[in-house]
Amino acid sequence: MRPAWSVILLTTLIGAAQGLFLAAFAVDFLKANSAKTMVIASCAISLLLLAAGLVASFFHLGRPERAWRTASQWRTSWLSREVIVLPAFMGMVFLYGVLHVLEVERKFVMTAGLAGVALCIALFVCTGMIYACLKFLQEWHSALTPLNYLLLGTASGCTLAVPVAVLTFPQFAGVLALAAFSIGAVAYLMRCASLVRNARLRPKSTPATAIGIDHPRIVQKAQGFMGGSFNTREFFHGRPDRVVRAARWAFLILAFPVPAWLLGWGGGSLQAYVAAFAIQFAGLLAERWYFFAEARHPQNLYYQSMA
Amino acid sequence: MKQLALVIDLNVCVGCHACVTSCKEWNNAGAAGPLSDQNPYGKDPSGTFFNRVQTFEVGEFPNTETVHFPKSCLHCEDPPCVPVCPTGASYKRAEDGIVLVDYDKCIGCKYCAWACPYGAREMDQQEKVMTKCTLCVDRIYDELLPPQDRQPACVMACPTNARLFGDIHDPESVVSRAIRDNGGYALMPEWETKPANHYLPRRKTGYEE
Amino acid sequence: MRGMDAPRSEMKTTTCYMCACRCGIRVHLKDGEIRYIDGNPEHPLNKGVICAKGASGIMKQKSPARLTRPLRRKAGAERGAGDFEPISWEEAFSILEERLKKIRASDPKKFAFFTGRDQMQALTSLFARQFGTPNYAAHGGFCSVNMAAGMIYTIGGSFWEFGGPDLERAKLFVMIGTAEDHHSNPLKIAISKFKRAGGRFISVNPVRTGYSAIADEWIPIRPGTDGALLMALCSELVRLDLCDREFVAQYTNAGYLVNLDEGGDEEGLFACGKSDERKNPFRRHDQLWWDRRSNRAVVNHSEGADPCLEGEYRLEDGTRVKPAFELLRERLRECTPEWAAEITGIAAAKIRALARELGATARKSSFELPIAWTDSWGRKHATVRGNPVAFHAMRGIAAHSNGFQAVRALSILMSLLGTIDRPGGFRHKAPFPRGTPPVYARIPSSPEAVKPNTPLAGAPLGFPAGPEDLFIDAEGTPVRIDKAFSWEYPLAVHGMMHNVIANAWRGDPYRIDTLMIFMANMAWNSSMNTLEARRMLNDKDEDGEYRIPFLVVCDAFESETTAFADLVLPDTTYLERHDVMSLLDRPVSEFDGPMDSVRVPVVPPAGECKPFQDVLVELAGRLNFPAFVVEDENGNKKRKFKDYADFIVNFETEPGSGQGFLSGWRGAKGDQALVGEPNPDQWKMYASNNCVFHHAMPESMQYMRNWNQEYHEWAQRMKLRRHPDPIMIQIYAEVLQRFRLAAKGRGPSGRRPPPHLRKRIETFFDPLPFFYFPLERQVTDLQRYPLAAITQRPMAMYHSWDSQNAWLRQIHTHNYLFVNPSMARAQHIADGGWIWVESQWGKVRCMARYSEAVEPGTVWTWNAIGKAQGAWKLAPDANESQLGFLLNHLISDRLPGAAGGVSNSDPVTGQAGWYDVRVRIYPAHPGEPKRSAYELKATQ
Repeated sequence: MRPAWSVILLTTLIGAAQGLFLAAFAVDFLKANSAKTMVIASCAISLLLLAAGLVASFFHLGRPERAWRTASQWRTSWLSREVIVLPAFMGMVFLYGVLHVLEVERKFVMTAGLAGVALCIALFVCTGMIYACLKFLQEWHSALTPLNYLLLGTASGCTLAVPVAVLTFPQFAGVLALAAFSIGAVAYLMRCASLVRNARLRPKSTPATAIGIDHPRIVQKAQGFMGGSFNTREFFHGRPDRVVRAARWAFLILAFPVPAWLLGWGGGSLQAYVAAFAIQFAGLLAERWYFFAEARHPQNLYYQSMA
Repeated sequence: MKQLALVIDLNVCVGCHACVTSCKEWNNAGAAGPLSDQNPYGKDPSGTFFNRVQTFEVGEFPNTETVHFPKSCLHCEDPPCVPVCPTGASYKRAEDGIVLVDYDKCIGCKYCAWACPYGAREMDQQEKVMTKCTLCVDRIYDELLPPQDRQPACVMACPTNARLFGDIHDPESVVSRAIRDNGGYALMPEWETKPANHYLPRRKTGYEE
Repeated sequence: MRGMDAPRSEMKTTTCYMCACRCGIRVHLKDGEIRYIDGNPEHPLNKGVICAKGASGIMKQKSPARLTRPLRRKAGAERGAGDFEPISWEEAFSILEERLKKIRASDPKKFAFFTGRDQMQALTSLFARQFGTPNYAAHGGFCSVNMAAGMIYTIGGSFWEFGGPDLERAKLFVMIGTAEDHHSNPLKIAISKFKRAGGRFISVNPVRTGYSAIADEWIPIRPGTDGALLMALCSELVRLDLCDREFVAQYTNAGYLVNLDEGGDEEGLFACGKSDERKNPFRRHDQLWWDRRSNRAVVNHSEGADPCLEGEYRLEDGTRVKPAFELLRERLRECTPEWAAEITGIAAAKIRALARELGATARKSSFELPIAWTDSWGRKHATVRGNPVAFHAMRGIAAHSNGFQAVRALSILMSLLGTIDRPGGFRHKAPFPRGTPPVYARIPSSPEAVKPNTPLAGAPLGFPAGPEDLFIDAEGTPVRIDKAFSWEYPLAVHGMMHNVIANAWRGDPYRIDTLMIFMANMAWNSSMNTLEARRMLNDKDEDGEYRIPFLVVCDAFESETTAFADLVLPDTTYLERHDVMSLLDRPVSEFDGPMDSVRVPVVPPAGECKPFQDVLVELAGRLNFPAFVVEDENGNKKRKFKDYADFIVNFETEPGSGQGFLSGWRGAKGDQALVGEPNPDQWKMYASNNCVFHHAMPESMQYMRNWNQEYHEWAQRMKLRRHPDPIMIQIYAEVLQRFRLAAKGRGPSGRRPPPHLRKRIETFFDPLPFFYFPLERQVTDLQRYPLAAITQRPMAMYHSWDSQNAWLRQIHTHNYLFVNPSMARAQHIADGGWIWVESQWGKVRCMARYSEAVEPGTVWTWNAIGKAQGAWKLAPDANESQLGFLLNHLISDRLPGAAGGVSNSDPVTGQAGWYDVRVRIYPAHPGEPKRSAYELKATQ
């Protein structure tokens, strides 16, 4: 598939936002009212990231002015569900933050927070399932896809929570750093598991099933046009293998090992934590780029050669 | 219930592209158009087509088969492109099984194209909506057309009559009989999309002394 | 889906012209604008289907390359630069009138008029003839004349639009070489039905594409070797006694006795009786048979006689004779499958099997239709027999310098199988069959035929029957600029358009003043050695004048050639004008009877463009051509025809003949067919009848038409034939022997070829078919250039016509050289890699594409996809010029040889040897630009 920056930004930004919210809620849950500033700051940052992701997503649409229509098919479409859950989650984050500002009764705050958590998890699932539900995109069609969205998003949000905590709730920064490290480690392992799984995949579709002729040697000569088409642009990353390999190495190094080192051995400085998040986020951009590039769409069997 | 479909006979398709441009011509100015062209007189001209003819080579010299392979939307009975659409623009008609896109609802998110294993959908670069074969729904029910013209443009055009059109749920239809008698098959059965369109294989006539 | 607006408001029928197929179309208009075009279901030719080109006709109207005003090359601008100023039609006409008047009054042959795929040769040749110039031809000479001449001289008809395979009743269909071009939709319809009915389809072709793709069996063959395969097949049929003896004996000249008198004036000619009673003054009918029953020589078809086909006999006067078939048998003895296997690359066993299959299918599946008919000798037959083996071939066999004899061999193979004008075999289409050769068009035979202000005394094109018919002067010098009908190319029955520019530039045999080209891309894909042709068009004498002083090009689109014109005349498209597909020209007939069709304008012409026919009628009037003017009582000449439409209705081949361009709805009331006085409402009647007229003949006249008395008498009345004589299949071509005799210094004509051509005539004018390697191959170092390079025309693109079509060019934007992977890998050539293709004449850089569907000794590409930069109003960086390429750059129009060399053409017909070039391929240097490129002369 061709990695689209709009979608890469959408998923990475909201992932971080979701993770940050989860971290803030966890701190709030554990430390009651003492984390108020941190929670409010986190909610604000989370909302900013969510809004940025939303804006990015509009660039993916041919007709963004009609985006309002997308909520109608929640019964069948994970994309539609995501479109419903995302603003709902944003609303809940906002509410949760506002309740903190207004210092309303804790049980209301916690109820909003728990609702936010539920929506947050739902959003991770929706986002992941958009890809995982496409059964013939074998690289995506796995429980690992939503799991990775959840884990990677949560990990990056936790990493972001560390510098936020340094500024707003320093006594908890260390715990958050440990959490970020731990969740990051699990996410990293699961992402590696996904790589291993995908490397072992054998495409179910072959030229033989594509055209229905049972022969081991089928080679396309002409695809019916020569100047390119939607099918040759949308489903091919169009980059040499070395770029794809570089993207994989980039995320394998940047998405966890470097930030992990910074979180653990960065000296606990604000700069180190900010750098840890920035580097991890860059790594996740590479991860998401690779996520798309790695997926081999069976339609590509029909677009192999021109003459 | 009716399921309209094309049956494409690879035994007689000579790869002339008549179906390709007839389709473009009818749909460009019809209810499903316009189908835009980019760089029509420049470098790498491209455009929206609902139907393409591709060429494959099977086997090695001298035992080579050259297979011309027309491909358009297969109007799956279980179309993966429909449920994923967030707006309901992509839909399958209950009355005849045609899979269509409502341009007025389409937001151009391309998700339906991702969800099609056959690459049957093309996003129009000018209109910014998803397009695809409509089985010429604006011809086949048009009572202003003479009855013999109420067929998809590609079917009308095909010089070798390699494109048959009809209801595959009617066991006595020309398409059902062709599938039954000639080993008609569906593409990529592994995805269980149940394409309504079928293909008929090459059938060889040998010589025995 | 958008809201559904009613798309129809008006529908007009006319005839397609996106290629030469001529399908009936329906043009649907909305508010006068073309909405879409589809096939006309009521048209007998295409029955409602249409092809990729036809369905893209709407984009032809929208092409930015349309020419819409007459253009004159700007003073000081170079030819080829395309630097023009628009002028009015009146200016254009007066320029032409003044120039042509002067030429016509002094030396009419200084005006040369050559046309491309125009389908209006009846008019254009009339124009040339009335002008008085012999220098006229259409593009047949560089297209497929070998197919036309080889078959017409043998069986009186040909593939092409003149006849074809009867696939409705055939059981076995063999297609040889690329043959997708002509009559394509009807053939697609027929092949599909044939296959579905269980017929077996074998394709013999170096490449498996197009129709060959759906063949039941593909037999790859080396290009230019078809003749050897066909000879071997004939040989096996004769050896296995699988010929249809009765057919061969009765309907061919196989039983005619050939005079073996060595050294005599009659050597190799048929021995004749003394009766000389003639149904046709141009032909004898009293050739002798050796009768098996009476064991003596009798005039052929004498009552009760049955000819011996084998043996040697002596006539009463002691002359040694052999039946023609015996000579064929002797010729074929050497042509074994093993011999052919060496040449063709097809295993001998496969050739044997194919021959057996042909013969056995013809015999075992033979059937009779209960159709009574009477033959030319008055014998009544209760049935018509069919031997259901059909063939088809076109350029693949024809476009080689050995194509004429290969086509002869094919015609003889079809005749041995007894399949000529029989159900399930080959069937003619009116006005064919014609004589072998026809006599309807007599070309002049001396320069006296060309006189100032006088129509040419004869037809510019025709069918010579011997040296006496050559169009040469007393010294043997050609009268025509293209040297057609000279000793160099005696049977150049379609002219030799591909020689015109080079000959005119060289002044060989003379210089001309004005060259008018209609709808032919001579500065690009219609010329061999394209770069040289472009240079010649632009070349000047010492005095600064162009060597070809005045160049007029008429076309609807800006092409590579219009850029070279001094005067450009903007033609209309096919949707904007009247046209006729006349029986006087290339017929659209069906097997069951004559058919002709018309085009009528469905939209007004764009800008100021004008139908070329109207231009010709206007010029003919201005130049006072006798057939185009009438004199009033004061002796003042005035135009006879208002315009082309008026001309078509009122022109008769001779005053009062009742025969005109159109055969439908003749007579004052429009109730007569084929012959009848002019009908003022004829156009209307065509327009209201799908623009087509089809006259189905009774079944008794639909078969065996070479020898069908009822048909001949009818055809004579309908002026389809001049004489009702039988058309004997020429197993042995006496016409060729007459040329050969002349080369040996004998024969009654008294004309003798110049010394340097004697050997050539003697060799190639063999009255029996034989195989020789193409001439180019004979002068090529095969070690250095081991590969044959050929082209094909893609079904979605018609040569240079459609690269300006926005839809069609998406399908073929540029081209690759298709190479067999095993061969390419050995040359270190990658799939998609940049390579050089080099012949001994030049080299081309292009991209390679692996293909398992090509014979390893052959490389091929789609023809005419490559374009000159900037032509056809394509952007300068368009793929056609940057990645596409033209193989023509590798093909020479001349071959080295005696007396400054010869044209790279068939020595019999002048057919351009397009498919004879030999090449080698090698990878381009990685540092080279990734762009197509051309270089003349090999440098590496």
